[in-house]
Amino acid sequence: MMITQLFLLFFRIGLFSFGGGYAMLPLIYQGANELTGMTAEEFSRLVALSQVTPGPVAINAATYVGYQSAGIPGATVATLGVVLPSVLLVFIVSLFLVKFKESEAMKAVLSGIRPATVGLLLSAVIFLAQGSILTGMQLNLLPVVFFVVVLFISGKFHADPILVTVVAGVAGALVIR
Amino acid sequence: MKELWQLFITFLKIGSLTFGGGYAMIPAIRRETVTKRGWTDEEGITDCIAVSQSLPGAFAVNVAIFIGKQVKGIPGAAVACFSLVFPAYLTILIILMFLGTIEDNVYITGAFEGIKAASVALILVTSVQLGRGILKSKTAWAIAVLSFIAIVLLSANAIYAIVLGGLIGYIQYRYGKRREVENR
Repeated sequence: MMITQLFLLFFRIGLFSFGGGYAMLPLIYQGANELTGMTAEEFSRLVALSQVTPGPVAINAATYVGYQSAGIPGATVATLGVVLPSVLLVFIVSLFLVKFKESEAMKAVLSGIRPATVGLLLSAVIFLAQGSILTGMQLNLLPVVFFVVVLFISGKFHADPILVTVVAGVAGALVIR
Repeated sequence: MKELWQLFITFLKIGSLTFGGGYAMIPAIRRETVTKRGWTDEEGITDCIAVSQSLPGAFAVNVAIFIGKQVKGIPGAAVACFSLVFPAYLTILIILMFLGTIEDNVYITGAFEGIKAASVALILVTSVQLGRGILKSKTAWAIAVLSFIAIVLLSANAIYAIVLGGLIGYIQYRYGKRREVENR
């Protein structure tokens, strides 16, 4: 019974949470609290853990809640549940995109959406900077050094982002702790 | 078969070596799918970001399915989605089953601080590079600035910025067409 409920809960979360990742967390907390009685304290551990583990936050959260309430089967169905709506919706939308790709109106709409997406990515920079290189208006020295170095090697030499991430992780473990 | 294997390796790498999910994964996804594999181009990856952000669910999962489907249909989407999700799933299971508390470990928090600061720079570089190819007209600049202001200063949901951009693009197309007709 728990297995079915876990699947339905995470399917619902996958289907109704727009904005991905952190925007999904409140929904996950409410659902997990109702279904498994997860406490706020345990939830904050889940958030901390999903930040320091690889992969999408929503997947980490689904696996965590699923495992805590019903072991490996629970972890598996919760993860499948949160992914499944994406599979269905991306398929529907990409069929639609392919069908209208050559239409002039669709090209016009996309030509407006692309610059909006550039603005969106740039806004992500501001949000992520907060709590990393900035705390309020104050600069955090070591993270700023990391930021500047990466900006330089990535902007100037087109360094591989995955390699940069791994090196930054190792350097952070040694220096920032 | 070769493409499925490449999708598997590519998204497994992205899924295991990027942290924090969402936007933090964009620079790696762009590098691997556009620069290295040539599965899509700068415009294609921008469209993919816009669609993935406008749909519910985990952003990076949507991106993986979108690209997987484009490369190799339904099997491609399944492989890309699985290989992106599996490392996240496995890591949490291993921690819960065998490791216990790792999130308070100073080396781990230090590593994460380093990675966070690096991703801010990586995303900045990615948006500037994508912007160079896309912001080629005054209208495009205006839309980008409006979208940035709406999200950062007015805390608008990203979907509104995307819808607004699409709407401006469409209106310009209708208006532009009418003007063309009048000029004839």
